[in-house]
Amino acid sequence: MADPSRFVEQAMPFMDSLYSAALRMTRNRADAEDLVQETYLKAYRAFDSFTEGTNLKAWLYRILTNTFINTYRSRKRRPEEQELDDVEDFYLYRRLGGIEAAQIGRSAEDELFDWFTDTEVKDALESLPEQFRMAVLLADVEGFSYKEIAEILDVPIGTVMSRLHRGRRGLQKRLYEFAVDRGLLDRPSSDGNGDKESTQTPTGVEGSRGA
Amino acid sequence: MGEHGDCDDAIHELYTFLDGELTESRRVEIGRHLDDCPPCFNQFDFEAELRQIIASKCRDTVPESLRQRIAEVLDLERPPSA
Repeated sequence: MADPSRFVEQAMPFMDSLYSAALRMTRNRADAEDLVQETYLKAYRAFDSFTEGTNLKAWLYRILTNTFINTYRSRKRRPEEQELDDVEDFYLYRRLGGIEAAQIGRSAEDELFDWFTDTEVKDALESLPEQFRMAVLLADVEGFSYKEIAEILDVPIGTVMSRLHRGRRGLQKRLYEFAVDRGLLDRPSSDGNGDKESTQTPTGVEGSRGA
Repeated sequence: MGEHGDCDDAIHELYTFLDGELTESRRVEIGRHLDDCPPCFNQFDFEAELRQIIASKCRDTVPESLRQRIAEVLDLERPPSA
């Protein structure tokens, strides 16, 4: 049985991380703040049911997720969410032309890092439909295992893996679109699924080109 | 077995590998393939780096006002001392 007087000491350090996740879930700062506050309150009240020594972060995230689903999901505003039907084989790496991508990552230390702003990465993640967004957020931003994600979302591990796969494809597709919009990549002449297509086909690209 | 088959297998399991969720023996097999196959290694390397970039760019800091508010709310919850 966990000691309530130690709740503050143990749970407060996760607030930045929970707040960040709340922003991705609600896509709205005011709602995110309310969600985090409500999560902490519920967690505090339920702390005697937490088994000391087990994964507190996962436990808190379960409360956050459940609170989000029960309270905020119905009120969500809906900026356009992309469909994920045609993202099965979308790999940013292949769109960058394979070898060039490898060189981008390695030749100048932070070059790939500079391709996308924080806002773009957050927007890309937030553009995913909710169940994919949550899986990717839990795995790639927060580092939870498949098993932990399955427990947090209350779905089977197979579902976690499937949502992660499609969610990551969707995220990469969105990042690719940002790169094209900013002129970092040429707009492809056709929007086919060909993962072997070079993106360096000359097309009329409006606006200035980046790197 | 042709090299192509190995590459297809490796890429197919790329994410499970990066997630640390492969069985030990499978992880070793994939690792061995990566040692021998620069194209696959490059793709793995790119994906690992992209993931780090995504994680680092999705971090927000709690506003101090919220931290305060939550501390106050929790304080009100404390049972009265005996």
